[in-house]
Amino acid sequence: MDLNTIEHVQQPGARGEIPPFSPGDAFVGGGTWLFSEPQPHLRRLVDLSTLGWEPLRVSPEGLEIAATCTLAELNAANLPAEWPAAHLLADCCRCLMGSFKVWNMATVGGNLCMSLPAGPMISLSAGLEATCLLWAPDGTDRRVSLFDFITGPRQNALRPGEILRSIHIPAAVLARSAEMRRASLTRHGRSAALLIGTRDRTSGAFTLAVTASVPRPLQFHFPEAPDAQTLRARLEAGIPPEGFYDDIHGAPAWRRHMTVRMAEEIRNALYEGDRA
Amino acid sequence: MTLTINGHPTDAAPRAGQCLRTFLRDQGWFGVKKGCDTGDCGACTVHVDGEPVHSCIFPAFRAKGREVRTIEGMRGADGLHPVQEAFIAAQGFQCGFCTPGMVMTTAALTQGQRADLPIALKGNICRCSGYRAVEDAVHGIAHTEQAPQDAPSCGVSLPDPANHAVVTGAVRYTMDVPVDDAAHLKILRSPHPHARIRAIDASGAYDVPGVIAVLTHADAPQACFSSARHEVSKDDPDDLRILDDVVRFVGQRVAAVVAESEGAAEEGCRRIKVDYEILPAVFDPEAAMAPGAPILHHKDPATSRIGAPERNVVGEVHGMLGDVEAGFAEADAIYEGNYASQRIQHGHLETLGSIGWLEADGTLSLRTSSQVPFLVRNALADVLSLDPALVRVACGRVGGGFGAKQEMLTEDIVALAVLKTGRKVKHEFTREEQFTAATCRHPVRVRVMLGARRDGTLTAMQIRVVSDAGAYGNHSVGTLFHGCNEVLQLYRCPNKKVDGFAAYTNTLPSGAFRGYGLSQTVFAMESALDELARTIGVDPFELRRLNVVRPGDAMRAYSDHPHDVEFGSYGLDQCLDLVEAALARDESVPPDGAEWATGQGMAAAMIDTIPPRGHFSDARVRLTEDGAFELTVGTVEFGNGTSTVHRQIAASVLATTPDKIRLVQGDTTQLGHDTGAFGSTGIVVAGLATERAARAMAERLLAEAAGAAGVAPEACHLEDGAVRAGATAVPLSALAAQAGGTITVEGHSTGSPRSVAFNVHGFKVAVNRGTGELRILKSVQAADAGRVLNPMQCRGQVEGGVAQALGAAMSENLRIGPDGVVETPNFRSYLMPRFVDIPRTEVLFADTYDRLGPFGAKSMSESPFNPVAPALANAVRDATGVRLTHPPFAPDTVHAALAASGAACE
Repeated sequence: MDLNTIEHVQQPGARGEIPPFSPGDAFVGGGTWLFSEPQPHLRRLVDLSTLGWEPLRVSPEGLEIAATCTLAELNAANLPAEWPAAHLLADCCRCLMGSFKVWNMATVGGNLCMSLPAGPMISLSAGLEATCLLWAPDGTDRRVSLFDFITGPRQNALRPGEILRSIHIPAAVLARSAEMRRASLTRHGRSAALLIGTRDRTSGAFTLAVTASVPRPLQFHFPEAPDAQTLRARLEAGIPPEGFYDDIHGAPAWRRHMTVRMAEEIRNALYEGDRA
Repeated sequence: MTLTINGHPTDAAPRAGQCLRTFLRDQGWFGVKKGCDTGDCGACTVHVDGEPVHSCIFPAFRAKGREVRTIEGMRGADGLHPVQEAFIAAQGFQCGFCTPGMVMTTAALTQGQRADLPIALKGNICRCSGYRAVEDAVHGIAHTEQAPQDAPSCGVSLPDPANHAVVTGAVRYTMDVPVDDAAHLKILRSPHPHARIRAIDASGAYDVPGVIAVLTHADAPQACFSSARHEVSKDDPDDLRILDDVVRFVGQRVAAVVAESEGAAEEGCRRIKVDYEILPAVFDPEAAMAPGAPILHHKDPATSRIGAPERNVVGEVHGMLGDVEAGFAEADAIYEGNYASQRIQHGHLETLGSIGWLEADGTLSLRTSSQVPFLVRNALADVLSLDPALVRVACGRVGGGFGAKQEMLTEDIVALAVLKTGRKVKHEFTREEQFTAATCRHPVRVRVMLGARRDGTLTAMQIRVVSDAGAYGNHSVGTLFHGCNEVLQLYRCPNKKVDGFAAYTNTLPSGAFRGYGLSQTVFAMESALDELARTIGVDPFELRRLNVVRPGDAMRAYSDHPHDVEFGSYGLDQCLDLVEAALARDESVPPDGAEWATGQGMAAAMIDTIPPRGHFSDARVRLTEDGAFELTVGTVEFGNGTSTVHRQIAASVLATTPDKIRLVQGDTTQLGHDTGAFGSTGIVVAGLATERAARAMAERLLAEAAGAAGVAPEACHLEDGAVRAGATAVPLSALAAQAGGTITVEGHSTGSPRSVAFNVHGFKVAVNRGTGELRILKSVQAADAGRVLNPMQCRGQVEGGVAQALGAAMSENLRIGPDGVVETPNFRSYLMPRFVDIPRTEVLFADTYDRLGPFGAKSMSESPFNPVAPALANAVRDATGVRLTHPPFAPDTVHAALAASGAACE
């Protein structure tokens, strides 16, 4: 929709051209959320797409995803075969409530900075233990883990004027086996619970990220493969009934039920599949 | 800034915060539609450098230097793009408002995406069709038929006459006209559910450059009216002012700002200071009727026609036939249960809106999105004390209605603004306003008590109905009476009792919605009958066969009052047989796994084919100088398909093909009167007027030809383009010339007597007891539509009704929070079905011919909605043993119900 209070658009070509932050400014990734709601408090848009960030960069250390990488680019990524968990990139794109046409515009960074519990790029980043590179207006950088970046529904660690530059996924995590499970009130609707589990193929360790059903992503780590009872007990101890998110996309009790159920499905797929 | 639009370079510059959608429309590319403005519905889809995007969330500044293609730029070798041709051949649309986006999206799909439409089309909402026709279009399956040259065209699946314009984006909906000279109107809405306005300070608004006027209650007439529109305007309570000094729901108008731009009008709204005296509010209809509740309308019941304002009762209905106490006493089994149907929104893709201006002669002219232009004209004249002859209301093509546009929700404020400012004024609802400030289906609670003998014979039926009117009476009385009528009229039980109430609450006003009160009571009754059938061990189909009315029976709901409803035809027996057989022969395979429970269910529904208390239509047929016919009707085309059928009827009578009938419609200056297309009357009332006008024309032509040829009229008959008079064929143009240039005749229908139509729905479902997921394995509906004049379109009406009802049954819920604020103000939170959510429904028609309807036809627009939710609940009950009583049956609700009765898996 039209944002009628916007007076200026800045399109910086380099970090040094990003204007000093002032109230009424908003950084635009894809703009797909920004332009979907009235924003009467905004006066200026700073377009990040003109900074020309390389969308995806593969290195021995892992995968660097620019904040301005679109979901379409992420979905089409061609990653090394020794990264079996890479299928999660496309899997999580499909969990966006928006269509593939939105993928052409929406960015990974925008999804993270929106910080909705159901944000699928948040789920992806949580499941793959990403760290976020933040650019401060004074020219300094900092890195925070995804679990520290998202602090609550529509809340994150960004300070005024700070920009999410990229996220980094370690190669060691991409080398794990991974499974995703998702629950939604409608077949391809917004996620009510989205869980990603990974299994370290060397150590056998199990790491589970719980997202969408809780206000902010949670991680459960098991140095050794848990059995069903252990997993369930950890989840029930780790998330009390009132710890589940309550909005129109699913009743908390059902989110809790589905979280525990899908966690076991993931565990089963990653570990019991071997035994069968 | 330069960019290319459909091959045309332009250097027009967008505003800084403008989205591509409005920028393109500013350049005249009206094929780019606004459905949601939030990137969810896909109606605005365009290609940017070949990539499909939702232009409503695409920053216009990013189009710089790029190539944009809209629906108007789609071309193929022979003019149309193959996808456009496919949407014509399949008629992959009804109202057509979503079609430009559907075509643009489909044209961009890869082979792989075409094989996975649930994902590929999840960003395209169609509210009319139920997606079957869309899917067929994508896959190139054709359905339209050509008009036969030598036989009447009634009964043939002729295409929508506007199909070419629909698929090319050329058809003009309400807002698809240049408005460069118009002022824009925006509404400041109440943040409080109940408050008195002590003062409004609009000075800040006038400081905004471009603000022309601020309208408040001081500018509005004192007269109260109802936003509901009926033939008899006194049917609905007069409780609403255009702008009032008391607001009764969050979202009600407080002030209107008229400005040179939408942005200035919005800023004007933000600058207005309002001093509110907060009043106590009530949100529950039972609480509202209890002693001590805050009173919403302190009005005289005699003049306002509010039932009992001191109890917040808009209207009530009480009636009894026979003796229900005695009926229950003789029953072998008694069932009693409580049901509640939720608030839902129509979700028509074209939002409400109108454009008003003064003609040179002083006529107030409105172009609006309405199902009832003539009734709106009358209401404007009444409320604003104008001469009706100096008010004109006209419609373009309308993007969906479903009852939502049987209301006056924009025209009154636009008219007031035009009269105050003298300017052309445009007012267009946002999607959020559709959810927070338009109308919704009435939330209704129903308590049902049924008694039956062991053999299945009903001995007593009793319902208590409580309907939530919201803050204004609106359609509450009509929907209450209708909701208590056919639901009982369907059954032959001698003892029936009704107590019904519609109560005011401080919430969004409820209004007319497809089914008009029946969907909620039918859900309760047909669910209850299913339970009763189980108790006494009778098959649900048999229970209906034992108890439904049959020709010869008196049709009585709860009173002996005489009425004008007759069995013009009867196909309920066929409908029951058709659905039962379809379920029996179904071989769908349930999903694997012990957690899945499967079952089947059915429900029946009846509807009077026309609303009561008079429904009138005029139609005019004119033979023009060149020997062509012009048909003028009042009916607006909003996806109801009546434009096609009016022409089929006229062509069938006049022995010609529909393409030779030029249709003029939906304009109050063109015709005497038309009550409007609501209550499924587009064919049975207006179509009957068309048939009568056409027959009058045929008679006149035979008489003229007989005179010219010197033979008896009996020796003449109509041919295409001529009248055969004995051995000679007199061309129609010659008859026109003989009559002085043109011949004009009129037809009229009064909507009485009325007939009855039936729908029976059947489902097979699988329910996952571990997740609560509900999967439909088989969906079948049999409809008794009389003679089906256009099978393709009638099938589409049934499919669309089923789809809308499945949304209501499975996911849609317009939630209002404890503070009276709507919690689901957009398509992301209000879960309307997407492609993936709607299974195919097998549509079967009873073979009947109605002696009252035009060419044997009956109504078939609202009624397919009504049996769907109970049939689904009955199937879930059959599968799981659990009775669901409160839709929507989303997985969380289903799982909770299963868990509560010990039927859930871990």
